Amino acid sequence: MNAIDKIQPLSTVPALQAVNEFVVKFANVNGSGSASANQLFAKAILRMGVPVTPRNIFPSNIQGLPTWYEMRVSEAGHMGARDGTDLMVAMNPQTWDEDIASIMPGGYLFYDSTKPMPASKFRDDINVIGVPLTAITNAAYTQSRERQLFKNIIYVGVLAALLDMDVKAIEGLLADQFRGRDKLIAANHQALRLGYDYALANLQCPIGLRFRPSDQVGDRIFLEGNAASALGALYGGATVCAWYPITPSSSLAEAFMKYCAKYRVDSDTKKNRFGIVQAEDELSSIGMVIGAGWNGARAFTATSGPGISLMQEFIGLAYFAEIPAVIFDVQRAGPSTGMPTRNQQCDILSCAYASHGDTKHVLLFPEDPAECFDFGADAMDLADRLQTPIFVLLDLDIGMNERLCRPLTWDDNRKLDRGKVMMAEDLIAGRVFGRYLDVDGDGIPYRTYPGTHPTKGAYFTRGTSRDEYARYTEDGAAYQRNMDRLVKKFETAKAMVPAPIRRDAAVATRLGAIYYGSTAPAMLEAAEILAGRGIHLDLMRVRGFPFAAAVGDFVAAHDKVFVVEQNRDAQLRTLLINEEEFNPKQLAKVLHYDGSPITARFIAETIAGLIG
Amino acid sequence: MTYLSKPKMHHPDLKANALGFTRRDYEGPVSTLCAGCGHDSISAAIIRACYQLNLQPHRIAKMSGIGCSSKTPSYFLGASHGFNSVHGRMPSVLTGANIANRDLIYLGVSGDGDSASIGLGQFAHSIRRGVNMTYIVENNGVYGLTKGQFSATADKGAKNRRGVPNMDEPIDMVSMALQLGATYVGRSFSGDKDQLVPLIEGALMHKGAAFIDCISPCVAFNNHEGSTKSFDYVREHNEAVNRMDVITGRLPITADYAPGEMELVRQHDGTYLKLKKIATDYDPTDRVAVMNYLQEHKARGEIVTGLLYVDSDADDLHGYLNSVDAPFNTLSDADLVPGAAALAKLNASLR
Repeated sequence: MNAIDKIQPLSTVPALQAVNEFVVKFANVNGSGSASANQLFAKAILRMGVPVTPRNIFPSNIQGLPTWYEMRVSEAGHMGARDGTDLMVAMNPQTWDEDIASIMPGGYLFYDSTKPMPASKFRDDINVIGVPLTAITNAAYTQSRERQLFKNIIYVGVLAALLDMDVKAIEGLLADQFRGRDKLIAANHQALRLGYDYALANLQCPIGLRFRPSDQVGDRIFLEGNAASALGALYGGATVCAWYPITPSSSLAEAFMKYCAKYRVDSDTKKNRFGIVQAEDELSSIGMVIGAGWNGARAFTATSGPGISLMQEFIGLAYFAEIPAVIFDVQRAGPSTGMPTRNQQCDILSCAYASHGDTKHVLLFPEDPAECFDFGADAMDLADRLQTPIFVLLDLDIGMNERLCRPLTWDDNRKLDRGKVMMAEDLIAGRVFGRYLDVDGDGIPYRTYPGTHPTKGAYFTRGTSRDEYARYTEDGAAYQRNMDRLVKKFETAKAMVPAPIRRDAAVATRLGAIYYGSTAPAMLEAAEILAGRGIHLDLMRVRGFPFAAAVGDFVAAHDKVFVVEQNRDAQLRTLLINEEEFNPKQLAKVLHYDGSPITARFIAETIAGLIG
Repeated sequence: MTYLSKPKMHHPDLKANALGFTRRDYEGPVSTLCAGCGHDSISAAIIRACYQLNLQPHRIAKMSGIGCSSKTPSYFLGASHGFNSVHGRMPSVLTGANIANRDLIYLGVSGDGDSASIGLGQFAHSIRRGVNMTYIVENNGVYGLTKGQFSATADKGAKNRRGVPNMDEPIDMVSMALQLGATYVGRSFSGDKDQLVPLIEGALMHKGAAFIDCISPCVAFNNHEGSTKSFDYVREHNEAVNRMDVITGRLPITADYAPGEMELVRQHDGTYLKLKKIATDYDPTDRVAVMNYLQEHKARGEIVTGLLYVDSDADDLHGYLNSVDAPFNTLSDADLVPGAAALAKLNASLR
């Protein structure tokens, strides 16, 4: 029996056939409870050992507007976004037309057929699978909230049958999720079976797209970059977090609260080894971070582009007065409010040169949640060691989406490196203390924590110019010595930031590509596509600023280097040219900035086009 | 002249306090403010208050923003760490510092431009968070460093030096502080040391957000006829509701005042505020009554001064955050890092 035949004529092109390599997209209404059902579906795929990369695509809205959940299933390990949908789960009539249009020829449409749709609303080159979801749900449930939630579970059940999934894996996940609430587990299992059994009885199962158990997930974990960053901050010893809610960074601070409650409550006194304040604005949140850093606590804030704009003056103070601070910037499309729920890497320059006057700041570019954790912890050390603000530049794509990544690791022998701090015993022993005195020749002076000693080591912190002993001065020579020392300190930072990672092509080539952050999976896949066409690229993933010497070597070793970024103005390229004095003609722009995550096909087509 | 330290020599007869410090130990380099500036009197009052309370200078953190008032922390408590931050943003820096180390005494010094204009938001939010601090606004109604523009506390109708009146309504920071939940609120006048010093002492000993509005005439730009922040005007319109002494240690038996004229308020740390009532109907523990009293007297053109409000049972931000007693900057790696085993467990939950 072929339900597809019964509802619509057969597709005019051959139906797509694929195992463990396809894109499923869910079109939902925001606030309808679909997110947890979709996440359940993704996790069930992972339990089958098949890698999947989901992406939330959502408007700046709370309830009622369209939202999508796009899942790239790829046993081959491709984790970048891919154009086109192979199976569209169209649960939102509002976006019907664009959803139908995005289906690949030969692809599949799954929709709620309770209310018949006119034939003109379909395409003749796709396979249509109608299930009267609302009718099934309403027959089984009477309460409206139940109907809304279980409808989602029912469609997961239908998909499990259509895609040949292990329904037991989903049942196991539901049991984990609602552990201890047996009634809820039973109700969810019932809804799941309702959809699953309906599909087996009424539809041709499986369709051309299928899952097959695999071993490609391995020991990898599934985590959001924001949560991983929060964990990194926690492992890095952060005790103070001051923040102001802003998409897409809010969940970073919220995750920090959650993990602190789990790991940082004193078991005897039940008191907290942390202080988290939701500030009145971003100016206040960075002010608190700077106050805490001045006082020797590790502190951070999480924000996005507009917050970075607001923090500029304070960032300049922290740079000039040399106060540790960590800023997680989860980037979104700007300028202004821009597209607040869409992805971009557009704050590179505003962070690198944040504030008025001459400034340069240390930037870290994590590619995935595992690096968010590593860099989050490293940033805490770097801030103390360099006594300056450190920026960790995530973006919405890695910050707000769960991503498969290597397990998080921590070396129990690692000690938090608090940098150059002069303690009371040092002062008593007669060590010379000049707050801005470069005693080691690396540009990094010693500091004291307030309250260290009754008569030694106190100094006055200010944003105005001062001499090596923190005494106010407007002497031009003293000002210039200080500014030059800050440059020396920045040079020192080169060896401290995460080194770039180079990945050479299988054959020798004079073409290279530089990329960073969330562009990584699409770039790797693009390199494969291009290699298939005979275009070979050596790759360098930049992970920190200031740039390591290896970046210069890489550029020098290639005739042309494509700088692949997700912004309009080629911001990393600008930084490379400005700081390393590369020949602009040697650095070609590959720029994606429509707010969607960059795809391998875009990169491959653009580079192929540039080569001509 | 950019930085002039004072000679370290002490007069041999200078009296030391219980800790062995003389007044000179609480001083800083020479002030660079105008001769006669009210702010220097407030600095002197801070020095005296810290000396009399036997505070260890290095256990005080002095924080400020930008402006004439914010420069003053350079001129007192030279053995304390100081932080002259960004215009209007002292409260957030102080808040962060306080969260990091609850063991220091936080003294925020600001001005009416710094706190009532650019920093109004941070002022408000630091007060409502109950940050344990002494927040002094040295209020002169003008911008001194930029040469005499009106600030947001300038009274409506007050004239600048060229005789041009201010037409905007003034911001009354005392009323705001009360409304926002400050647990110690005072107003004083830089020219009244006897009133100001104990008011600062009480604030330094108070647990919670203590706010003092100190009218401090600007001799260069706001001390003329037609100003409502001049020495003459404030002296004429000053209506003190009480006079205060701060008693640390054991409470002496006292018979200074007739019953009904004196009130003793025990603060959290065991110090007492001994209040001699001038306005006999004034109750500084009744927030709503205080707010009404201030509004009524303001309408009559009176500048009400003294200890205006105190909540001796107040909690502070650390209480709300339920933070550990140890300063965060003393927590060890073991206190902070959950370790590899916890992470392995977490990894397992993310599969």
